[in-house]
Amino acid sequence: MKTFGLLPALRQLDLTIQRGEFVALLGPNGSGKSTLLRLLAGLSKPTSGAITIGGWSLPDEAAAVRAQIGMVSHRVLLYENLSAHENLAFFARLYNLPTAGLETRIAGLLQQVGLSRRAHDLVRTFSRGMQQRLSIARALLHDPDILLLDEPHTGLDQDASNTLDELLRRAHADGRTILMSTHELGRAAALAGRVVILSRGVIGHDVPTAGLDGLELAALYTEVTSMASAR
Amino acid sequence: MKTPFLKAVGGIARKDLRIELRSRELVSAMGLFALLSILIFSFALELDRTARQEAISGVLWVTVVFASILGLNRSLAMERDQGNLDAMLLAPIDRVAIFFGKLAGNLVFALAVGLLLLPIMSLLYNQPLVRPWLLAVLGLGTLGFATVGTLLAMMTVQTRARESLLPIVMLPIALPVLLAAVRATTAILTDIPLEDWIAWPQILVVVDIIYLVVCYLLFEYVIEE
Repeated sequence: MKTFGLLPALRQLDLTIQRGEFVALLGPNGSGKSTLLRLLAGLSKPTSGAITIGGWSLPDEAAAVRAQIGMVSHRVLLYENLSAHENLAFFARLYNLPTAGLETRIAGLLQQVGLSRRAHDLVRTFSRGMQQRLSIARALLHDPDILLLDEPHTGLDQDASNTLDELLRRAHADGRTILMSTHELGRAAALAGRVVILSRGVIGHDVPTAGLDGLELAALYTEVTSMASAR
Repeated sequence: MKTPFLKAVGGIARKDLRIELRSRELVSAMGLFALLSILIFSFALELDRTARQEAISGVLWVTVVFASILGLNRSLAMERDQGNLDAMLLAPIDRVAIFFGKLAGNLVFALAVGLLLLPIMSLLYNQPLVRPWLLAVLGLGTLGFATVGTLLAMMTVQTRARESLLPIVMLPIALPVLLAAVRATTAILTDIPLEDWIAWPQILVVVDIIYLVVCYLLFEYVIEE
């Protein structure tokens, strides 16, 4: 459970995600998606209850958990006055990555996200889509097992969104566990293997996406959110 | 599992210096403000030579303090506005390493402005200000301001009125530093025997240590939501 003052953001939430799963987190604004992701990332503490990630508990073993997590937000979490390479080198230092092989790792990631040619350009000269791709590279820098994505498609055009989808598919194929909040139901159905719909801080539905198309998911979503509104 | 403390502190400070060397946003704003301030004080006190000599330490410290506040606000706003504080909080580092990294950067910027002021003020006020003891007091005083300022800026930067809130919150808390620094500077400039004023730099050392310890203990609570 998580409350802000007297306002409950998440209540009686019980969620287990298996290693290697790709789970989409849906819900209207204020339903608790970002709060849940911040709790899982160790950026916030639950008011009550327990969180265990990969055998480590939060907040007591937060450093161990943080080493396993990469996070991408709708804010890019990058320094505009540093180049793409400098940003990654800075975060590599914070994650204590060994110096040997670091240049190869950074070059490989920049290539993976299609930014090799812009490695030494300042991030402020990048388009929103390029910044978000670099943000993915930052999140993957320390080779985390878990990716937490908080509305990563916000502000991206169709091409940039498709490129981001491809990167996420690749990250999932590499065996990473992914939890992504989004408002795009079709994208959630296409990318994720399971959908969790949050409404007013509780889980309204938790269903696999196999055999579920965008329209069915939309009907499910409307059912959950309208029930919550009626309460 | 955790990144070594000094490695994280060094990385954050180095990143701030690199950004500043490239953009020159902080030091140019602080330097310009400081320069304008001492010029205005110089014109205001022009008619009375004695008042000018007596006011010099006050002018120096008021200018350093307000220029530091300007830099602190911008330095922390850069982390908060672009969400970079979250990115650092996600790393497996001691959270207090963020404080010391930011402090190191802020201290360097404030000291740079202070060191720039001394020769210019020497010319404007016709008094040699570049003296070893004055440099030591400048270092100690700036450390005190930067320490308490970095912590408080981390709090006020989350508010809408951060530009105006920081000086209101910071000045009363930093008063012991300001008082000791002004008294020590006045004594140095009036060539009073060392034993009569050495207590002021000693007080500055003690206050700096207290501020560093208190900020170290409080920082984790400050960055909690």
